[in-house]
Amino acid sequence: MGFPHNPHARETVLLSQYFGDPEARSYKGWVKRGGYEALQQALAMPPAAVTDVVKESGLRGRGGAGFPTGLKWTFMPKEKDKKKPHYLCVNADESEPGTFKDREIMRWTPHALLEGTLITMHAIQADVAYIYIRGEFTEPFAVMEQALAEATAAKALGTFKIYLHKGAGAYICGEETALMSSIEGKRGNPRIKPPFPAAFGVFGMPTTINNVETLAVVPHIITHGAAWHKAMSLSSPKSTGTKLFSVCGHIQKPGNYEVTMGFPLKDLVYELAGGMRPGRTLKACIPGGSSVPILNREETERCLLDYEGCVAEGTLLGSGGVIVFDDSADMVYQIMRLARFYAHESCAQCTQCREGTAWTTKILERVLAGQGKMQDLDLLLDLAENMTGKTICVLSDSCAAPVVSGIKKFRGEFEDYIAGRRRAMVA
Amino acid sequence: MSVVEEYQPVFTGKTLDRLREIFTRYPTKAAAMLPALWLVQEARGWVSDRSMVEVGELLGVTPAHVRGVVTFYTMFHQHPVGRNFVQVCTTSPCNLCGAEDVVQAFLEHTGARELGATSPDGAWTVTEVECLGACGFATPVLVNADFVESVTPERVPEIVRKYK
Ligand SMILES: Cc1cc2nc3c(=O)[nH]c(=O)nc-3n(C[C@H](O)[C@H](O)[C@H](O)COP(=O)(O)O)c2cc1C
Ligand code: FES
Repeated sequence: MGFPHNPHARETVLLSQYFGDPEARSYKGWVKRGGYEALQQALAMPPAAVTDVVKESGLRGRGGAGFPTGLKWTFMPKEKDKKKPHYLCVNADESEPGTFKDREIMRWTPHALLEGTLITMHAIQADVAYIYIRGEFTEPFAVMEQALAEATAAKALGTFKIYLHKGAGAYICGEETALMSSIEGKRGNPRIKPPFPAAFGVFGMPTTINNVETLAVVPHIITHGAAWHKAMSLSSPKSTGTKLFSVCGHIQKPGNYEVTMGFPLKDLVYELAGGMRPGRTLKACIPGGSSVPILNREETERCLLDYEGCVAEGTLLGSGGVIVFDDSADMVYQIMRLARFYAHESCAQCTQCREGTAWTTKILERVLAGQGKMQDLDLLLDLAENMTGKTICVLSDSCAAPVVSGIKKFRGEFEDYIAGRRRAMVA
Repeated sequence: MSVVEEYQPVFTGKTLDRLREIFTRYPTKAAAMLPALWLVQEARGWVSDRSMVEVGELLGVTPAHVRGVVTFYTMFHQHPVGRNFVQVCTTSPCNLCGAEDVVQAFLEHTGARELGATSPDGAWTVTEVECLGACGFATPVLVNADFVESVTPERVPEIVRKYK
């Protein structure tokens, strides 16, 4: 539901049904709401059968890449080598600007995540799961800690072991291989793939990494079946289920809204989230977290919120972080601010990323200070090209996305700065 | 005459017991790095060179390795900070909602004046941080371990009073 607002009639509340209900946080409260029944059901099935249901449901990863979840699980070794424990890493590093859904799942329905984690552990025959929670999430961490203690006391874990692992401030640790490095006690540097985590993951063992929201959906799929999940689709059959969209920026009712895949972005922004502030109009929107291309108004009003619908408008569904910019937004400043984010968060292993994110930021700051040249726009695009598809992970590409789309769609604003028609104070 | 203060180890008594329990969660000792550094910071408020050596010895890695980790993660302090450590999100979505004014209000009301500097009474350090994962609750602020949502410049004096 549109937490912290009342649910909207056009939402399909599945994951967010109990947001704001403190009783759902406790083990008892969760069981009273039907919790842990799906786990019992799954444990009675062979692991491969659980994977098959999830595969058939069409569920795709909610962490950003949209990789089919069931398919990912099949990459794990079927015959377990006794000397090689299997691991599940739960990605709760949520740091993509614009995204704040995993936080609410953990804060309000910690047992939904634990239940999904346990079912997944059964499916991939994992012995241990690490839930990697970003260090700044102090409250979600405390809630998860309490839930884990209650579930353990109630013997809900069986022989599975689940540990919480607290991050310490690094966006890059949300990238799956960096996350594994971080759990191993190292700097959060991404690793070259292959080897893929399913073969050589955390501690060199077979590993699956999934996002919090992905795992929270799993119990529902077990309870209601693959066909039920597959039927939840308003547009492309390749995008199924519901999705939590975090709406923020220049918007009347910021919050998390849960809608069926394929829902119009226009309705999410104008209707569910209350639209623009009085007297303001929409200028731009980033639909999938800061790493995806920016949409202009026309594209925003056309875009359907599923993997294919976003691609059709030249952007990506990403993590579902919807950032709204109204006509008062200074796009040059905002794009600089995003570039600065990536420059700050680059792990600095790859030259294209380390230098590219830093120079992109510097050039944008120069433009804002009124010292830009028209060639700077080409220079930025040139840099962006060298930052795309050339590095170990896609942080570098993520910095290029808002810059390239921003220059393309709001070029006039950049030119105003360069021609001296506009000036900003840059801290 | 210079008096070299003797280093008091962090990992004794209950803290050492906690570390031993943490060791059981991972197949390698080195993996206890982040939890161990969090215990150090909890006890001392920051991670000193000497603490890095101590952690290295306990985990069986070099002090240089520990330093490499400490410097990678922004939440570990390599210097003492104010008794109250304030982190204000100023990334784009929060910036759109006026985060810069919240930062200014904190600098003013805490007496810290400059970003990253500590107020003369040692009570406050104010920093800007990147996205706190709560963009719909702009502007989120971390005061020590307390996550405060929807902070406006008007609310800052009341928050500062609470932690004085
Ligand atoms: C720079 C970077 C940051 C990322 N941050 C996150 C994150 O915070 N949370 C997340 O779930 N996935 C994040 N991802 C995606 C993960 O690498 C991975 O695809 C995902 O956790 C897989 O889970 P899923 O298949 O359930 O989506 C990030 C990727 C990159 C390149
Ligand atoms: S941008 Fe401020 S919390 Fe995300």
